[in-house]
Order: sequence, then C-alpha cells, then structure tokens
Amino acid sequence: MPDPARHDHRPADAFALQRDGEALAFQHGVLAHHFDSLDQQREATTLGMWVFLVTEVLFFGGLFLVYSVYRTWYPQAFAAASHELDVMLGTINTAALITSSLTMALAVHAAQLGQRRVLMLFLVATIALGSLFLGIKAVEYYHKFTEHHVPGPAFQFEREYIRQAQLFFSLYFVMTGLHALHMIIGIGIMLWMLYWSWRGTITAEYYSPIEISGLYWHFVDIVWIFLFPLLYLLGRHGLH
Amino acid sequence: MDFTSHHIIPKRVYYTIYAVLMLCTYLTVQIAFFDLGPLNAIAALGIAVLKATLVVLFFMHVKYSTRLTWAVVLGSVFWFGILLALTMSDYATRAWRTFG
Repeated sequence: MPDPARHDHRPADAFALQRDGEALAFQHGVLAHHFDSLDQQREATTLGMWVFLVTEVLFFGGLFLVYSVYRTWYPQAFAAASHELDVMLGTINTAALITSSLTMALAVHAAQLGQRRVLMLFLVATIALGSLFLGIKAVEYYHKFTEHHVPGPAFQFEREYIRQAQLFFSLYFVMTGLHALHMIIGIGIMLWMLYWSWRGTITAEYYSPIEISGLYWHFVDIVWIFLFPLLYLLGRHGLH
Repeated sequence: MDFTSHHIIPKRVYYTIYAVLMLCTYLTVQIAFFDLGPLNAIAALGIAVLKATLVVLFFMHVKYSTRLTWAVVLGSVFWFGILLALTMSDYATRAWRTFG
C-alpha cells in the first residue's frame, strides 16, 4: 500500500490506479514479489548500488592514499615524472568522459519518460564516448612503452629520479589501468542495457536498470575527475 | 500512465551542470600552467571536489534521493577522510622529528 502522507497531493482514485499499475507490473515480472511497490523497489535498488559504490570508494581510496604518501615524500620526482604525460590527450579524455556522463544522464531521463528510441540513441553515444576514451588511453600507453617509461629493467629517466619516477609510473599504470578496466566493464553494461532497451524491457515504470548502470558510469567518471589533476597536471609548472 | 512518484529532473539542469563541468576542466588546466606554489595542488583538488560534488548531486540524483542514500554517500566520504587524515598524520610529519 502506498503511504497516503507521501502522496496526499493526488486525487483519491490515483491510489487505485497505482495499485492496478503495480498489479500489472507484478504480472509482467518487473515488480519482485518481496516489494510492496515499484517506488520501494526502486529505492532499494538505488541504495544497493550506492552500497556497492562505497566498496569501490574503498577500492580506489587505497590507491589514492598510496599516491598521497609517495607524492608527499618525493615531490620533485613526482612532478618530473608527471611532466612526461601528455596533458592535451588527458584533457581531451576528461572532456570525452564528462560528455559521456551528460549522455548517460540524458539516457536515464529518456528512460524515465519511456522514450525508447531516444534512450537507445544516448546509450550508443555513451558507448561511443567511452570507446573514444579507451582508444586515446591506448595511444598514451603506446607512447609510454616506446619512451621506456614502463617500470622495470628497461625504464629510462633522469638519473637523479630514476627509482622514484618508477613509483610514479607504477601508480600511473595501476590507477589508470584499473580505471580503464572499469570503463571496459561499463561499456559492457551499456551494451547489455542497449539490448534490454531494444527488447522493450525498459519502460517508464521500470527504468531502474538504466538508473543504476548510470550510477556506475558516473562513479567511473568521478574517479577520472581526480586522476586527471593528480597525474597529469601536477608537473605542468616550475620545471625544465 | 506515469503514476509513480519519482523525480524527473528537467533536461536544462543536466545541460547547465555539463557546462559548469567543462568550464571547470578548462580552468583547472589553465591554472596548472602557472606556478602558484602550494596553491596549485589546492586549486586542482578544490576544482576536482567541486566537479565530483556536482556529478554526485545532479547526474547521480543524490540531491533528490532519500536520506538513507545521503547517509551512505557521506559515509564513504567520511571513511576516506579518516583513512587519509590518520595515515598522512604519520607519513607527512616524519620529517618533523626533533628527537631520537
């Protein structure tokens, strides 16, 4: 039963309509039997996704902590190593990811209104921008390999910083690598959501899958929002 | 047949947030090329925190979510704050040692 206090702005027959709608949703298999209403199901789904994202904060948080410790200890070496990254490619990638977050938010908006074609269009745009990001990242990785900036026996750098710069590049590859892995998983989820949208599973009453996939996508964007200044912008000034 | 109570945010809100995020990206790159000493890191992180907050509140709909969602989101930020503050209070101050 809906809570009357929350819906008191509606005419009385709206409750009957809502009950009918939810009986229909149950018949169509979108309302799980252990939830009273689609609202309750949606709130539980969103909360569950946020709890998962908290574990992701713990996951990336450890890496940001290691970065903070070594940057505090070796500021000059970190600035010199950061100077080797291509700030132009990093900026283009930041713009690509922020734009993909906009297309994702618009995809959720279209899903809420039950606009199937618009939803599919924005999901394709999100996948395309995510792929552009990964393509540019691959070019950057290729440059780092050819420049001998991959930590290990072949690593080359100014003699003074050679050991500490490897710490920076280890963190660079692990943090951007894990971020890229999240992007690949995110693109997989979006392809899955594209299939569900095409199949007609997503409706104005049942758009939670798009909403929580969007939460994941925006989270991955937020990780990059921090990685970009910490890795790329640190070494831009006062050097060389 | 939309009788659910979910909040649909107008599209112009998304466009406005997008414009602010892109502007912030431009600013943070420009600022990075000036030598401001310790202010560089503060500006870069301040802008990143602002951008992340806008994404969480509007793109991720937390502004319009239940208090329980707020508690979970703030809990993660608070936990990360503890991790950073306690660890850095050790690592960042080891050079201050005046004895031993």
